[in-house]
Amino acid sequence: MKKALIPLAIFAVLVVFLAIGLTRDPHEIPSPFIGKPAPAFSAPLLHEPGRTFSAKDMLGKVWLLNTWASWCVACRQEHPILMEFAKTKTLPIIGLDYKDQEADGRKWLARFGDPYDLSVTDRDGRIGIDYGVYGVPETFLIDKAGVIRYKQIGPVTEEALRDKILPLIRELQK
Amino acid sequence: MKYWLALFLALQLAASSWADEAAPLAEDPVVEQRLIGIAEELRCLVCQNESLAGSRADLALDLRREIRTLIKAGKTDAEIMEFMVSRYGDFVRYRPPVNPVTWMLWFGPFALLIGAGVILVRLVRGNQRDAAPKVLDAAQREKAQSLLKDPELPS
Repeated sequence: MKKALIPLAIFAVLVVFLAIGLTRDPHEIPSPFIGKPAPAFSAPLLHEPGRTFSAKDMLGKVWLLNTWASWCVACRQEHPILMEFAKTKTLPIIGLDYKDQEADGRKWLARFGDPYDLSVTDRDGRIGIDYGVYGVPETFLIDKAGVIRYKQIGPVTEEALRDKILPLIRELQK
Repeated sequence: MKYWLALFLALQLAASSWADEAAPLAEDPVVEQRLIGIAEELRCLVCQNESLAGSRADLALDLRREIRTLIKAGKTDAEIMEFMVSRYGDFVRYRPPVNPVTWMLWFGPFALLIGAGVILVRLVRGNQRDAAPKVLDAAQREKAQSLLKDPELPS
């Protein structure tokens, strides 16, 4: 009798493993950057190509780095949420226009609204590579010491903002 | 004849455009050889079942360009591997390092194999015990005899 239950038990274990596997997104690769200093970069501003922004300028502030592009479909899904969030003026949001034409990027912001305090351009995707970006949009939460504390892979959703990002921002801003 | 000539010219044209496209490969065969060697060990983050060497994804293209630059800058293979792992994590390697997180991955199949072996040995031993020859007692023998002699049963 006991022996007959063994295959059933093995099957149950298998079902549990498969069920867990199904709920996970294979595209969400754990970032090795959490808890590590944000890579330094310096890049021209999207709206004023003559000026540059550098990650060092943000030391002492908690800030969001949001990668986006005019060609990115998922960014449109995320955009209204960022627009709403920007209105609360919780923290500076810096946009990284990833592998985009400057003119297209500016047009996109003019059309859908600009939630960013400023956007910098990453024409050849070099900054993206340094941040381990493998699909836009990706969003990094960086603390006062310049350490990456959280990474959102894919669009920032209302749930992620409410349940994970906002509580973490409050804690970091203390 | 005219058609043959046209076909010939068209093929010539095709051949020359082909040679054009392949040019970057021949640029520096040593660098390309090393690039392929490294890129085959790396996973393309966009198409996860493709290697970085084989993928046509945009990011793979950029990363190959990045590796090419690193090779030309005189970095060793280990340094280039480190460059990739520090950005994308161990997942980017097709052969992840052995550490507590990956023990399950490296040793899990062997543990399963050993477990299956143990179960197999136990089952076989159990069967052997059950299959030991049994001797009939007197009553059973008599019953068997009577069944064998029964004229009613088809022989």
